[in-house]
Amino acid sequence: MSDTEPTIKMPDPTKLVVSNSPHIRDKQSISRIMFVVVGAMLPACLVGIWFFGLAALNVLLLTTVSCVLFEEGWNKLVKRAPTWKDGSAILTGILLGMNLNAGVPWWVCILGGFLAIILGKQLYGGLGFNPFNPALVARVGLLIGFPEIMTRWNMPQGGQMMPDVVTTATPLGMEPGTFAIKDMLIGNIGGCLGETSAIALLIGGAILIAFKLIKWEVPLAFIGTVFVVTAIPYIIYQQTGVTILRHNVIPQSPVIHILTGGLLLGAFFMATDMVSSPMTHKGAMIFGLGCGLMTSVIRLWGSYPEGVSFAILFMNALTPLIDRMTIRKPFGYVAPEAAEVKS
Amino acid sequence: MSDKPRKFKGGVHPNDSKALSESKPIQQAPLLESYQVIMHQSIGAPPELLVKKGDTVKKGTLLAKASGYVSVPLHAPTSGTIKSIDKCPGPTGISVPAIEITADGEDVWESPFEPIADWMNTDPAELKQRIWDAGIVGMGGAGFPTHVKLSPPEGKVIDTLILNGAECEPYLTADHRLMLEQAEDVMLGAAISARILGLKTAVIGIEENKPDAIEKLEAVAGKYNITVQSLPVNYPQGAERQLIYAIKGREVPVGKLPMDVGCVVQNVATAIAIAEAVVKGIPSIERVATVTGKPVVNPGNWRLRIGTPVSKVLELAGGISEQPAKLLLGGPMMGIAQSSLGVTVMKNTSGVLLIAADEVSLYTSEPCIRCGRCVDCCPMQILPATISQAVENKRFDWAEKLNVMACIECGSCSYVCPSHRPLNQHFKRAKVEIQAGLRKK
Amino acid sequence: MSSALIAIISTGVIGITLGVVIGIVAKVFAVEIDERIEKVDELLPGANCGGCGYAGCADFAKAVVAENATPGQCPVCSPADIANIADYLGIVAEEKEKMVAVVRCSGDASKTVRSLYNGVRDCRSAVLVAGGAKGCDYGCIGFGSCAEACPFGAIEIRDGLAIVHPDLCVGCENCVATCPKNLIIMVPAAVETHVYCNSPEKGAAKRNYCKTACIACRKCVKVSEEGQMEVDGFLVRTNYDNPPPPEVVEAAACPTTALRNASMHVAGAYEGVLK
Repeated sequence: MSDTEPTIKMPDPTKLVVSNSPHIRDKQSISRIMFVVVGAMLPACLVGIWFFGLAALNVLLLTTVSCVLFEEGWNKLVKRAPTWKDGSAILTGILLGMNLNAGVPWWVCILGGFLAIILGKQLYGGLGFNPFNPALVARVGLLIGFPEIMTRWNMPQGGQMMPDVVTTATPLGMEPGTFAIKDMLIGNIGGCLGETSAIALLIGGAILIAFKLIKWEVPLAFIGTVFVVTAIPYIIYQQTGVTILRHNVIPQSPVIHILTGGLLLGAFFMATDMVSSPMTHKGAMIFGLGCGLMTSVIRLWGSYPEGVSFAILFMNALTPLIDRMTIRKPFGYVAPEAAEVKS
Repeated sequence: MSDKPRKFKGGVHPNDSKALSESKPIQQAPLLESYQVIMHQSIGAPPELLVKKGDTVKKGTLLAKASGYVSVPLHAPTSGTIKSIDKCPGPTGISVPAIEITADGEDVWESPFEPIADWMNTDPAELKQRIWDAGIVGMGGAGFPTHVKLSPPEGKVIDTLILNGAECEPYLTADHRLMLEQAEDVMLGAAISARILGLKTAVIGIEENKPDAIEKLEAVAGKYNITVQSLPVNYPQGAERQLIYAIKGREVPVGKLPMDVGCVVQNVATAIAIAEAVVKGIPSIERVATVTGKPVVNPGNWRLRIGTPVSKVLELAGGISEQPAKLLLGGPMMGIAQSSLGVTVMKNTSGVLLIAADEVSLYTSEPCIRCGRCVDCCPMQILPATISQAVENKRFDWAEKLNVMACIECGSCSYVCPSHRPLNQHFKRAKVEIQAGLRKK
Repeated sequence: MSSALIAIISTGVIGITLGVVIGIVAKVFAVEIDERIEKVDELLPGANCGGCGYAGCADFAKAVVAENATPGQCPVCSPADIANIADYLGIVAEEKEKMVAVVRCSGDASKTVRSLYNGVRDCRSAVLVAGGAKGCDYGCIGFGSCAEACPFGAIEIRDGLAIVHPDLCVGCENCVATCPKNLIIMVPAAVETHVYCNSPEKGAAKRNYCKTACIACRKCVKVSEEGQMEVDGFLVRTNYDNPPPPEVVEAAACPTTALRNASMHVAGAYEGVLK
């Protein structure tokens, strides 16, 4: 062909890909989802670091790094391609760190990473196959294994970045009125490093809902149920002065129940874990309801002061059943018998 | 102007990319040296060949006649000689028989039938026969013979004719241009179809991202007693079941056809073909298709003869500026990927689309993370994630219980899947296996 | 100390009581089983491949004892195994010819034109997209649906081509129905020589996309005896009722090496020749 003649370029058929429709896809990917979730957790982490000092940062770094290392170590062991880039191990690590108190020893963090990644995820087949939230598996494993360490909460110390921490108990286990509501909102209370600041957690939750990464039904049903159930003994006590709790414990107000402990963290970040929660909106409602009910029962009448983790794990186990219960009718559904009669 | 359309549940909003070609008027493609007309252009039985190698034909000469009721005849796209009757690449990747015609350049016309000018007083059966003789099939994509669609079986009462001008597939603009440029023909085709069905009126549904087409059609609609219904933009708005729901609020039962709820849905391009066959006496030998995509130098809408090779189609559009990753017949959501430039334009080819390498890469399927995005967007309200896992485990019985047969293969679930799972392919497989199982029984 | 003792004793008592109960129940509700069924089941290979048409070896054993089936129906058993079962049951063992599967395609990735395919790596799913994305519409897609179906690991996918190892194949026929291209047929194990092509297209067309297609040049027909190789359109096939000797392959010098001996095919001894 001469140079003067305009040439028409044609596609090279050997470089054409054949695949099933659709041929375009939207930009969403697993790693994108994971990193947005990590972003949504950042406010709560930063507040935790502010109040609990560098020790909190230490814990977060340790859990995250150990989770990633365990993930990659496992991938090497079973000869699978590296998966840390999908961000799920990082997410699990940060979530686990948020579920620990700032004063835990370094080896607890690493053990937690092991429990989360190996026991909680990889043994089931890796991402997508774990029936339970890996970070919660680790937290509950540690809670049962080392109750002493896991229930010694740190006293917040207002941004002084002190390397050491002073310990205290969770507000849930204290006399009513120990902490001011204002402190609970901003996070100036004792507890796990990522669960104390209600405002930061709500901001994170709002981000997740805005990006449509969680089903809003889960936190709504979860928190709502806790509010309603914990209000019952509180109102009875206010009206009659009689406590229906064990050991004559004076009931806390439902507002305290929502603002303290792991409820907000659990409701927005852990119960909403995609892999271990139901897929339909109806299922999410039932799931949140169950979580709320279990949490309230454990908190009010159980021997642990906190029940969010157990409640979520319990409902994780029920997820396949909930999914089965909530199979929807397709558009234009005909019941099998009716179809046979017609045709 | 009429009731507010109902919104179906689910759906996705891909970038429609229609700006590439929607302002380009339809251009007549020049006569080529040869055409390869694929024999089997519709759903149903392939037609019976009437010509042999060496025969001379004229434009409009019958090449093959219908071999049964669900079968349509085939006409020559131009005058010339039959060079060969051999195989050529088919749209599904399997070689199919095709008639190759060497054009004589004269383009001599031979009408296979006379125009019916006074269609309003013609027997509907005769009109239907004309549509069959003209070899018209659904031009929206499936290629269902139109005369069959217009023949509801005994006992089925049809009360609504819906013209489908939704064109919800991204990129494609052929129907849009046709509605703008041949609004009268669309209405005429609709009126003829309505007469065949014994109806006085029809509804035409158009997505509201084509306001100019809505305006144009509304201007002529009154004359034909047809209503124009604007529809929200939501893929797959143009799928029959979703369209009927949006306009009439009726749900077509799974496994049934629109005629079971008293509706007939006709593509606007098909309506124009009907009008031309009846009033002008022209068989189905041409169609308007969009040639588009980022790698295409001059995207546009072309009136192409049936049997035009895709390589020639791309030449018309000035070739490519970069190597595309995919060549599609049809739109990006439901079109079929091709690996050969030798495949030719058929009666149901609504577009020739090139997808650039940066728009789509090779996806590796990752595990399902149960995010539920597919569940939210499924217009048929089934559970794509669960079904795909059943198919991966070869449990087609589970897939059937989970209503995979309701799937319309619109591709919305695969479109949104963050794990890039081949959900749609899984469902296609499941449907094939379940049907094979039924046949065995 | 005493509490530990109580625990041990009570657990022991409960255990013994329940053991006795189970023992009684097992005796009272025992189902009479023909012991011959168990024995036949033991003599069977236990692969549960389903090649006999029954649900598994135990089901087949039941059928054999009830004389609804003959031991020879088991495709896996060697003649000696069948003789053993027949001896045990005191019936006459019938002769049967061992059959093996053969995949009638030799177009691996290096010999054929393929398009880039992105999707489910399973033949039956891939065939729904562009017919399997191979230049040849009739050839092996090579995603291994047959290999997956084989309970004996007799099918190897080598460079995008399914190859049956005749020594491992027992003839259960599980693979035959899985091939979307219907490439797998059962042939007598004694026959070595097969035409590894199943495309009815014209020779010239086949040569465009496959180096090892049968182009029906009839060289093999000429060097073999009358009727040993049959011509079917543009394809030559082995006549399995009157098979040619393995030497035919060498004598014919098939220009595309579509004509092969199974053992050499497995060993990867053939190179496609393209002139």
